[in-house]
Amino acid sequence: MLEPTPISSMNNETVIKVDNLTAAYGDFVVMENVSFEVNQGEVFVILGGSGCGKSTLLKHLIGLKDPAQGTILILDDDMGAASTEERNAILRRIGVMYQSSALFGSMSLIENVILPMEEFTNLPMEAMDIIARLKLSLVGLTGFEHHLPAELSGGMQKRAAIARAMALDPSILFLDEPSAGLDPVTSAGLDQLILSLRDSLGITFVIVTHELDSIYTIADRVIMLDRRAKTIIAQGAPKVLRDTSDNPWVRQFFQREPE
Amino acid sequence: MPKNPLTEPVANLRLDPSPRGLDIFLSGRLDSHGVALVWDQATKAARDARHEVSIDLSGVDYLDGAGAALLTRLALHARENQARFTMQGLAPDFQAMVDMYDMDALDADSERKDECSGLITGTGRLAAETWSNMRDLVAFVGEASYALFSALLHPGRVRWKDVITTCEKAGFNALPIIALMGFLIGLIMAFQSAIPLQRFGADIYVADFLGIALSRELGPLITAILLTGRSGSAFAAEIGTMKVNEEVNALITMGLNPVRFLAVPRVLGAVLVTPVLTVFFNLFALVGGALVIRSFGYPVTTYLAHVQNSTHTGDVLGGLFKAMVFAVLVAGIGCQRGLNTAKGASAVGESTTSSVVSGLVLITVSDGIMAVIFYALGI
Ligand SMILES: Nc1ncnc2c1ncn2[C@@H]1O[C@H](COP(=O)(O)OP(=O)(O)OP(=O)(O)O)[C@@H](O)[C@H]1O
Ligand SMILES: [Mg+2]
Repeated sequence: MLEPTPISSMNNETVIKVDNLTAAYGDFVVMENVSFEVNQGEVFVILGGSGCGKSTLLKHLIGLKDPAQGTILILDDDMGAASTEERNAILRRIGVMYQSSALFGSMSLIENVILPMEEFTNLPMEAMDIIARLKLSLVGLTGFEHHLPAELSGGMQKRAAIARAMALDPSILFLDEPSAGLDPVTSAGLDQLILSLRDSLGITFVIVTHELDSIYTIADRVIMLDRRAKTIIAQGAPKVLRDTSDNPWVRQFFQREPE
Repeated sequence: MPKNPLTEPVANLRLDPSPRGLDIFLSGRLDSHGVALVWDQATKAARDARHEVSIDLSGVDYLDGAGAALLTRLALHARENQARFTMQGLAPDFQAMVDMYDMDALDADSERKDECSGLITGTGRLAAETWSNMRDLVAFVGEASYALFSALLHPGRVRWKDVITTCEKAGFNALPIIALMGFLIGLIMAFQSAIPLQRFGADIYVADFLGIALSRELGPLITAILLTGRSGSAFAAEIGTMKVNEEVNALITMGLNPVRFLAVPRVLGAVLVTPVLTVFFNLFALVGGALVIRSFGYPVTTYLAHVQNSTHTGDVLGGLFKAMVFAVLVAGIGCQRGLNTAKGASAVGESTTSSVVSGLVLITVSDGIMAVIFYALGI
């Protein structure tokens, strides 16, 4: 790796290990033979053209969908084989932001952020209220605590969804296209937020994104999926891939050339 | 709660009040478990502290958002009491994370919005809502009538494919439940009324009673109630979801009128199928009645003759007319509630409920009005 590795990922503790994964909807195989590892404190980016299965892969990682074949270890636990209790314990330690923010429409932003805390901690209401405010201020939504999601712009909803995903101070955050629909300034601010969360809290990030600028800024490592090959076609540091990959599809992606 | 406090490190709190202020020593894991244990004690002490609050954090070996919230709360209490607030000994990594949180954000609007509003505000809000609801309803009735009449004048512009879909969903698919309800209600009514009438030897008059009651009242009424539950609610939910997903806005920007595009086919479809459903209902109710009469020992032909004698064409046609009026009201209110849906997932539920409730009210009220009109006209 040419990029300087951040201190927190020096210990190279593996938090996600995917082994020979086959993902399928019924008979329709989305990807096969996918194996990779994500280390503690890493910003790991999943790339690939539209429809290549990035969201599907994410669904497998967070246990919403079981692998057709292969195993996935999250924080040393096999989601597929885990009991409901074990599964919940893992789910408590990860946060997810869905491609379509998925905020609860009938609750205000602060209630959205408080909900997981209410369910999983013994904190007094006052404490949860403050934590929720701090998380919302972290994503720049101070003053919108009592708005309903529907009263916000798309980008604000995205940020609120990140705040909710962070409510329980997860060790791994999964973000599906966090910067889609954000202006460049906000999007750059989001990149900074991700990096500072990683540096100060040691949170591991698994991010699906298409934003090339943001990939160069934040990603320690990327994997690239492909719809035709149905598997990983490249992995490594983004700048290295851009400069040295001899796979035409990978180059095309980084050079933004049309097919 | 950690299961084993001896092996799982939790937060520890030591308070050291002195004349010049309060010293707080926090150590251990300041995560949500640990903070939940010490929150009440620590914040209470800080609330009462004067002059100076100093926190020693050198024993903290983990801190996350919950810990940061605790420190924020303590700092705010100190600020409220105009006490000096100092914090020392926090490991640089954790200090960086505490610094990331913007404590001033809390000052801006620390009050939670008062959720349970007073009686007066509540009444006012309800009145305003009712008023704007009524206005929307009147506007919809106007728009829908215009759209329906222009649909009748230019039948080519109606989306017949959608009308047929509605006929299938609201009509054909409803046949089993209509048949079942009809049969059972006919059976029950005949049985319940035959028993007292039998004492006078008048049990065959159940046939007359059934014929009139079904064709004039029960047939259209129960069909309409079923239509409300099955289809009015479905229209509201369908159109409401489209509204929430901004599909309705997409129609408008394409220059398509949502009332013409969404409401008219549904109302037309409902009006077309409801008379058929009513006839179907009545037939099955009569079959149910026939079963009872038969078991009382009368031949079916006698039963049919009584039904035929008592029920006039006017009764049947009047009943079918009523059914069509109900259909317009139920389908119309379903579409209107759908188009009026606010944003958010719960809004769709609210519109659906409201479509059913308003549908039932409209059916009952219009039934009463039509009863008076029919009486005056001598039908
Ligand atoms: N629920 C589903 N049932 C069947 N097939 C699905 C389902 N969801 C996705 N697919 C298929 O799986 C493939 C991968 O979809 P996925 O949503 O993972 O793509 P993606 O890489 O996230 O695309 P995008 O960048 O557009 O979000 C697509 O071919 C899609 O048609
Ligand atoms: Mg996707």
